[in-house]
Amino acid sequence: MPDSLTRAIRWDTVVGALLIVVLLLSFGTVDGFGNALNLSFLIGNTLPIALIALPMTMLVVSGEIDLSVASTAGLSGAVMGALWNQGLTIEVIIPICLVLGVVCGLVNGLLVTRLGLPSLAVTIGTLAAYRGIAQIVLGSDAVTDFPTQYLDFAAGRVGDTFIPQAFLPFVVLLAIAVVVLHATPFGRSVFATGASEEAARFAGIRVKRQKLILFTVTGLMASLTGIFWALHYASARYDNATGLELSVVAAVLLGGIDFDGGKGTLGGAIAGVFLLGALQNVMSLQDVSAQSQIVVTGVLLVLSVLGPRVARQISVARAGRRAASTPASKAPTPAA
Amino acid sequence: MTVTTPQQAPPAEVPKAGATRLVDRVFKMRELAILLVFLVMIVITQIGNSDFLTEQGIKDLLLNATILVLVATGQSLVVITRNVDLSVGSTLGISAFAAGNYLQGGGNPVVAIGLAVLFGIGFGLLNGLLVSLGQVPALVVTLGTLYIIRGIDSIWVGSRQITAADLPDSFVNFGSGGISAVPYLALIALAVLIATAYYLKHFGSGRELYALGSNPEAARLAGIPVRKRILAAYTFCGGLAGLAGAMYLARFGNVDSGTGTGYELTVVSAVVVGGVVFTGGSGSVYGAALGALLLTSINSVLPALGVSSVWVLAINGILLILAIAVDRIVALRVALALKKRNARHA
Repeated sequence: MPDSLTRAIRWDTVVGALLIVVLLLSFGTVDGFGNALNLSFLIGNTLPIALIALPMTMLVVSGEIDLSVASTAGLSGAVMGALWNQGLTIEVIIPICLVLGVVCGLVNGLLVTRLGLPSLAVTIGTLAAYRGIAQIVLGSDAVTDFPTQYLDFAAGRVGDTFIPQAFLPFVVLLAIAVVVLHATPFGRSVFATGASEEAARFAGIRVKRQKLILFTVTGLMASLTGIFWALHYASARYDNATGLELSVVAAVLLGGIDFDGGKGTLGGAIAGVFLLGALQNVMSLQDVSAQSQIVVTGVLLVLSVLGPRVARQISVARAGRRAASTPASKAPTPAA
Repeated sequence: MTVTTPQQAPPAEVPKAGATRLVDRVFKMRELAILLVFLVMIVITQIGNSDFLTEQGIKDLLLNATILVLVATGQSLVVITRNVDLSVGSTLGISAFAAGNYLQGGGNPVVAIGLAVLFGIGFGLLNGLLVSLGQVPALVVTLGTLYIIRGIDSIWVGSRQITAADLPDSFVNFGSGGISAVPYLALIALAVLIATAYYLKHFGSGRELYALGSNPEAARLAGIPVRKRILAAYTFCGGLAGLAGAMYLARFGNVDSGTGTGYELTVVSAVVVGGVVFTGGSGSVYGAALGALLLTSINSVLPALGVSSVWVLAINGILLILAIAVDRIVALRVALALKKRNARHA
């Protein structure tokens, strides 16, 4: 197989192509998929996952993970509701919530980088802790009476098009994230850290500081998502966005981000996010039960990790055979 | 080795034995520390509320811990091999329903428990095959099977619900009964726990689980059948999750499609609080069981002290972080002490 072709058949391009195929098929065959309102629902419901997927992608590339994102989102929603009940204006509340998100991320980052604890264990702990604090802050209340111009922004569309208003800021954030991860020294250093933390440290990359920044940004984005969630669904409750972390991780891994770190692209991750979102939307329109949708998510997730590995093993085996059949020629190194 | 250089063997043995003893002692201390925290908590609660440790109170404490102890025992085996099984909550749910569904049709309780265990073993086997043969990260695969099993469960169960009224009286009585303050279910969990601990400590294949958890590559080179052992650990974990499903049914008599949702995080917390390290190769099932007992007891202690139950979740999370942070600091200290000791003996 020529080199250029092998490079084109990367998992993230496969997912991107799959997304396009699903969209085209849905436009053609699924009643009610193509209308502007449905598309805006699709995008609006997928936005929380997409927002957190941006920093989560970088975090997984660097070899870490943050499972506390949904709890951070829930906590910032709960604090938003509690402060609103206290009579503060929303222009004051939102910055406070964002700062809170930064603090949540900072706590994760400090525990991981300063104490050297595994991020999986730390963030399972903060997953419970942040959600617990949210419960303490707001109890079982639901706050719904946020100012209408904010609710309209979070739930409304741009004119009569299919684009939600909140999609435009997301595109800006996506562009920033793509540039940072794929076109700056910082982004390259994230890949280097994920590929080999030891080597990255010897190459002069300040690994701990880099990871601390990533965790902090993840906390910030998670709290932004929490604010968006509360406004989009016009309800601030302590259990907002419960379980979202698994959807984000599933989508990011489906998008070809290697769980062991060092590999993946933001394009793949976002394609994964919207592929899952589109499939769920189509299945709902086709009256596929929510339960069957869960099975599809699970199967896709398993396939997404199994697929590339099986493909790699086949290509290694093939390279081995080729090397064996032509012993005189230089043995090709197995594609990694 | 000792035959060729007998005069050099004794000095080489001394630091090694000393190191093992030090490490052993730290792990014993680790379990004692949790036990101590647990006892202090119970005593404080008893002082604050003298109705806490009645016969029924003790029974409730043990009953609440039973199911988590069973699942945590299985999970420790998997974590010791440097893997994780996130699908245990889903497995517990579907096994509980399988047993309940069979009993509802007038089945035999013993066969129902066997059925639940078989369900668990089946899903454990699936996880084990994916992880050991597919060579894919355990976290991702079991996150996938978490969804898949839960989905299958939800499709199968639908909106049905099994209640205690649908179950034979003997089964429900077995779930709540016991010998004075000790419930039958706790005795079963204890038996499983002791057997597993004995297996891990005294069987070759049990020791090999630790070996491959602390260094998979070295274990493979040493001739340990890594894939077979991992497969066995997952199967065992699944089987215990299935058994826990049957116990859940006996204890609560109430199963629907949401049973066991989110349980995986509680289980992982219990295991980690109990000192089974995420990076594999160390920890004991006794520690995990104590961790489970500690976590479930907090749920009973806070209401008994008049503290609102909204604090439970936050305290669980903070406890987990404290546990791993203390572990890490102790591990660093031990490594330092060992280095010093070895330097002295060199």
